[in-house]
Amino acid sequence: MAIIERPTETLVPATATPAYVTPDSGLGVFRRPVQSEGWKSWLFTVDHKKLGIMYGVTAMAFFVIGGIEAMLIRAQLAGPDGTILSADKYNQMFTMHATTMVFLFVMPMAAAFANYMVPLQVGARDVAFPRINAFGFWAFLFGGIFINTSWILGGAADGGWFMYAPNSSVTFSPTNGIDFWVLGLLITGIASQTGAINLIVTALNMRAPGMSLMRMPIFTWMILVVQFLLVFAIPVITVALVLLMFQRQFDATFFSVEFGADPLLWQHLFWIFGHPEVYILVLPAFGIVSEVLPVFSKKPLFGYPFVVFSGAAIGFVGWGVWAHHMFASGLGPVSVAVFSVATMAIAVPTGVKIINWTLTMWGGKLRFTTAMLFSVGLIIQFTIGGLSGVTHSVAPSDTQQTDTYYIVAHFHYVLFGGAILGIFSGLYYWWPKVFGKLLNETLGKGNFWLMIIGMNLTFGPMHIIGLQGQPRRMYRWTEARAGEGFFNLGFWNLVSSIGTLILAIGVLLFFINVWVSHRKGTVASPLDPWDARSLEWLTSNPPKEHNFDRLPTVHALDEVFHRKYEDVGTDGHHEYKQVATTEELLAIEEANADAHIHMPSPSYWPIVLAFSLPILAYGVIYNLVLMVVGAAILVLGMYGWALEPSTAPETDFDQSPPSGGSELEVASHG
Amino acid sequence: MADTAVLADAPADHGDAHGEHHSSTGLSNNKLAMWLFLGSECLLFGGLISTYMLYRGRHSENLGPDQLWDIPFTSASSFVLLMSSLTMVLAVSSAHRRNLRNAKIWLAVTATLGSLFVAGQVYEFTTFYREGLGFTTSLFSSSFYTLTGFHGVHVTVGIIMLLSLVAMLSKQRVHGDKAETVEMVGLYWHFVDVVWILIFTLVYLIPA
Repeated sequence: MAIIERPTETLVPATATPAYVTPDSGLGVFRRPVQSEGWKSWLFTVDHKKLGIMYGVTAMAFFVIGGIEAMLIRAQLAGPDGTILSADKYNQMFTMHATTMVFLFVMPMAAAFANYMVPLQVGARDVAFPRINAFGFWAFLFGGIFINTSWILGGAADGGWFMYAPNSSVTFSPTNGIDFWVLGLLITGIASQTGAINLIVTALNMRAPGMSLMRMPIFTWMILVVQFLLVFAIPVITVALVLLMFQRQFDATFFSVEFGADPLLWQHLFWIFGHPEVYILVLPAFGIVSEVLPVFSKKPLFGYPFVVFSGAAIGFVGWGVWAHHMFASGLGPVSVAVFSVATMAIAVPTGVKIINWTLTMWGGKLRFTTAMLFSVGLIIQFTIGGLSGVTHSVAPSDTQQTDTYYIVAHFHYVLFGGAILGIFSGLYYWWPKVFGKLLNETLGKGNFWLMIIGMNLTFGPMHIIGLQGQPRRMYRWTEARAGEGFFNLGFWNLVSSIGTLILAIGVLLFFINVWVSHRKGTVASPLDPWDARSLEWLTSNPPKEHNFDRLPTVHALDEVFHRKYEDVGTDGHHEYKQVATTEELLAIEEANADAHIHMPSPSYWPIVLAFSLPILAYGVIYNLVLMVVGAAILVLGMYGWALEPSTAPETDFDQSPPSGGSELEVASHG
Repeated sequence: MADTAVLADAPADHGDAHGEHHSSTGLSNNKLAMWLFLGSECLLFGGLISTYMLYRGRHSENLGPDQLWDIPFTSASSFVLLMSSLTMVLAVSSAHRRNLRNAKIWLAVTATLGSLFVAGQVYEFTTFYREGLGFTTSLFSSSFYTLTGFHGVHVTVGIIMLLSLVAMLSKQRVHGDKAETVEMVGLYWHFVDVVWILIFTLVYLIPA
């Protein structure tokens, strides 16, 4: 159990020792750290808010790395016979660009939002398993660093992010790049898996009194669906990765065609994971947009149950469409027809969402803040990507488009136009909640427009060059075959590369904005700058360490809105009159604060346990001795974890507790 | 707001027994998490079993399942593993009756039976290896060793968990609800057994 609140004074005297045994270990390492400030407070933290920020910062760093990789690719392709990258480096670049963006930016960025917001949105004081939460972050960070060390250790993976067999075997890729990729993704997979279980339990089990599932904020709902997808998709990629690791490290035969191996085995395993993964990437952004649009339209989300159930429907149908990535592999007409129809079917719940968002805005009092602009941008850009998606759900059409830039155009409209615009919308929307400062709106709008123009210039022309037949993953093109007039490949490739620059400047503006908004002397954000609706706004900015002074009791979807506004309409007409400000609501909460709030103590072990994973992985590649060292740290970490006292003893804390007699206490299986 | 103020005085009915705090579904956090983990394990073994089923026939003439399997031996070791599920149930039942002494005994017996099974697997692997079936011999051998090896590792991890639990119960190191902790290890152990029933049927009993 994670958060333990001891019952109020009437039940257990505040001075009483915890009811269960706290082993009095003589070993210092079996005590729990207690620092709440300085670097140690970050290193050993189990606070979901700190971990959320850490996820966000790390993901942004990987976003920059992945962006630089993309710009190198576009620089290479800007003109004929590019010379910036060798063929080999080019292969590494597009492999790592995709790997970084998918596994090290979008997924952890969603984890950042989820970690930070889900406990706040369901009215909990932390996630269900705070230590596992911390472990998940460190495993992700170490896994991401591990993959990227391949750049300096003989070259990165070069088989594409889908890493098709047998092209991924040692014969065709003799460097250690793919080994780093395989092991690194196993590590980040462990991170996602633990994070997913944690968030599901949090959302299902730790809701505030009165919050039924159909009163749960829509972002939390979408995150819940995504975590279920992760729980069931990660083990499938794990199997694929393990098979590939055995193939490369221990000469197993899974993908050895000379032994009669079936090359489709990898493709099936990969895409059974890979297609749900697409929804894993985009559904969190859908959740963010579904929070932002109602707030800036001053209307409730249109058809909330439809958005919830279409999200769940996407979660189910997403499992039945994987083979549309394999139309060109000779599956046979029946399979192709079935998957083609299933793929068209999944457009329906997605379309439902788009209609719901549009109707949310319909007749609303629209305020085009930066967050709103990004959300509206998502609706439009994602729809373009969705429509080109429908064109290649049609198998005969897809066989023309497969492996051309048309596909690249499609999935960038879906993932950049979907996931990344949604993420930026969330950043602008929740920034004051997380940091207590508003991001600058003027710079924000510049950021938005440059990114929109940049992405359309970058990815729009790829439709044209793709349909003209320029293949993906070719490291250069020649003028002689570039074609004439409007369809000249050279012109559109150049436009696309210029678009990348504009896009990059747009992203740079975001970082400038962060810097400008956090300089000394910038004013703090108002408590509720957007007139928001959901539970995370029922606490200070940034939230207190214990989130809520008292656990809120929920009466409605959009709880905060309904506490602020009263329905004074008659005869079925709704008319809302403001009856309270958020400041007043917060004052009520503070006045009625719980007497004793117990937060989990920090812990040494998550970072120790996570640190063993890359050591083990280096051991697999280089040296058995290193593996033994890694295994030793792993065992130490696990037993340290299990034997750690469930709480830091009172005497470990210096002086009086910070506020309101809050004692720290933690759980057994945290 | 008045009604919420009253409710807030008893913020969620936390019992004082640990592990039995308020939860929206009524299921404890630990148990829900364990079920989710086992659900994901199903797909892990699903992937491995599919790989084996795809490749089971791809081997050289004289080194296939029909030549290698020793069904009576594997049946015996399977029986041992299944019996360990029974002793695990007895351990959980003792723990729920707060009879920790018996719980520890049954946990130890379960670990012993599990070790017997793993020993049987080691013996079996050694025999197959002597008969010429290496890990890299054929598609069949790679997928067979990987599938059953993964299962063997799961059993081994289970044994370590059982023994650690016995030690921690003896040293009073289990925080929170002891019966629930025993039950959680039990869930994992039964899952590993159920997977073996599948593997035994699909790998050994169905003729290739």
